Amino acid sequence: MKKIEAIIRPVKLDEVKDALNKAGVRGMTVTQVAGCGLQKGKKGFYRGSEYSIDLLPKVKLEVIVPDAMVDQLLDIITTQVRSGEIGDGKIFVYPVETAVRIRTGEKGEEAL
Amino acid sequence: MLRIDTGDTAFILMSAALVMLMTPGLAFFYGGMVRKQNVLSTMMHSFIMIGMVSVLWVLYGYSLAFGPDNHGLIGNFDWALFNGVGSEPNPDYAATIPHNVFAMFQLMFAIITTALISGAFAERIRFPFFMLFMVLWVTVIYFPVAHWVWGVGGWLRTLGALDFAGGTVVHITSGVSGLVLAMLLGKRRGLGTIPMPPHHLPLTVLGAALLWFGWFGFNAGSALGANGLAGSALVTTNTAAAAGVVGWVMVEWMRQGKATLLGAASGAVAGLVAITPAAGFVTPGAAVVMGLISGPLCYMGVLMKHRLGYDDALDAFGIHGLGGTWGAIATGIFATTAVNSAGADGLLYSGNVDLLIKQLIAVAASYAFATAATIIIYYAVNGITKARATAEEEYTGLDLTQHGEEAYAGFAVQGGSFGHTSLNSDPSGLPKMVTMPNQPHL
Repeated sequence: MKKIEAIIRPVKLDEVKDALNKAGVRGMTVTQVAGCGLQKGKKGFYRGSEYSIDLLPKVKLEVIVPDAMVDQLLDIITTQVRSGEIGDGKIFVYPVETAVRIRTGEKGEEAL
Repeated sequence: MLRIDTGDTAFILMSAALVMLMTPGLAFFYGGMVRKQNVLSTMMHSFIMIGMVSVLWVLYGYSLAFGPDNHGLIGNFDWALFNGVGSEPNPDYAATIPHNVFAMFQLMFAIITTALISGAFAERIRFPFFMLFMVLWVTVIYFPVAHWVWGVGGWLRTLGALDFAGGTVVHITSGVSGLVLAMLLGKRRGLGTIPMPPHHLPLTVLGAALLWFGWFGFNAGSALGANGLAGSALVTTNTAAAAGVVGWVMVEWMRQGKATLLGAASGAVAGLVAITPAAGFVTPGAAVVMGLISGPLCYMGVLMKHRLGYDDALDAFGIHGLGGTWGAIATGIFATTAVNSAGADGLLYSGNVDLLIKQLIAVAASYAFATAATIIIYYAVNGITKARATAEEEYTGLDLTQHGEEAYAGFAVQGGSFGHTSLNSDPSGLPKMVTMPNQPHL
């Protein structure tokens, strides 16, 4: 099993979610995050004071999937999210030791 | 027996309610501008004043401000507990409305004046100091200055200085006292190194809208009758507020390349402050000029604090002090008896500086008295209970450290913020939520 962690533009979340559902992904975890990378921050103003907003809002989407699905899902996410502009985000893939479905006690890929 | 006019009375009753609403409006205006760990304490600084000042007003405040005169400086205690302040009109102040209606209308001005100061020391003051300071401030500064300007026998009223709805009494005293307090308290820890942007601007805009709305009662109501003068004040009030919005947004746009909603809201308040002393004395054209100038003027006042190094956190002086000063001076320029025969002609109409000089005397006296008295009250109260929050209190936020409550639960779990609840079993074996000892039971 692998965990795919995609940090993406918030506006793209719904499209990615639908595409992943179509590909057979049944569960996912989504978190609002803030981060910085190549994308430059924005300037904020309040009563003549200026401050920089370096950490931009992003969405972190995590899915745990069988090894065989990883390449296909990376393609789907990349296609859905890519705009070609700086700030599209990044994807990380991690190995996952096991999974447990708390309700039934099923373990491993059965629990996904 | 004097005849009560029902139209006038109904209008002033409504106006008192309008001005009352300005103080919660100010709580929203200021509350949105602070960081989220201080929003409740900042709103408390306004809201608690409705409670405290109302009580003092009935006890002795109205009597000191408007009661029988002592040497032009302060009223006496004859009207303490509203003794003799009943439904019979007092012709010295308002011949056509019950005296107690006039007194309640004036109360709302005293309340909002104390609340206005709190913008200067937001995010770093201890609540016990705040309360004690305000009891003394309203007693030692507001009641006397209101007497000078509006009380029968008050020396500025006798002098002939004009202040239609409280530019000197309300905005200069609060702005100047705020500035002095900001200097004495020092800057918020971390200012300049960490940004302190407003945490909830929609709240601030709601507050600005309520202030603008309530200001119609503040200024038009100061005509003390449902009449043409009230209409005239309504016209100048809305016009100056609108011109203030335009003026502020224009200068901000030119300087930083973007027009902000906070700038528009601030400009409205700047325009309203500027027109306050002049509302019933000037033409609509003068209101446009006064408002258009008030925006950039107060914007520069706000920038000035960074250069001069004091932390007037929410710009009590930058907007109310400077806007009030501009309004008082502009009254000396633009006032005309064509608008209000009970007023006087300013520089533009009389060609001489008589009224302008009287206005400058009123401004100077208010600055000097507010500054000196604030310094004395600060040191006296600081000797009893410390003014400045500790570093720990400031970093944690005043909401939790001063009031034991939070505006926004940081981590949502069942029953409240994370760590505030625990699960306990009762003898029946059913789990139930209980609150920790430091949480009050509701």
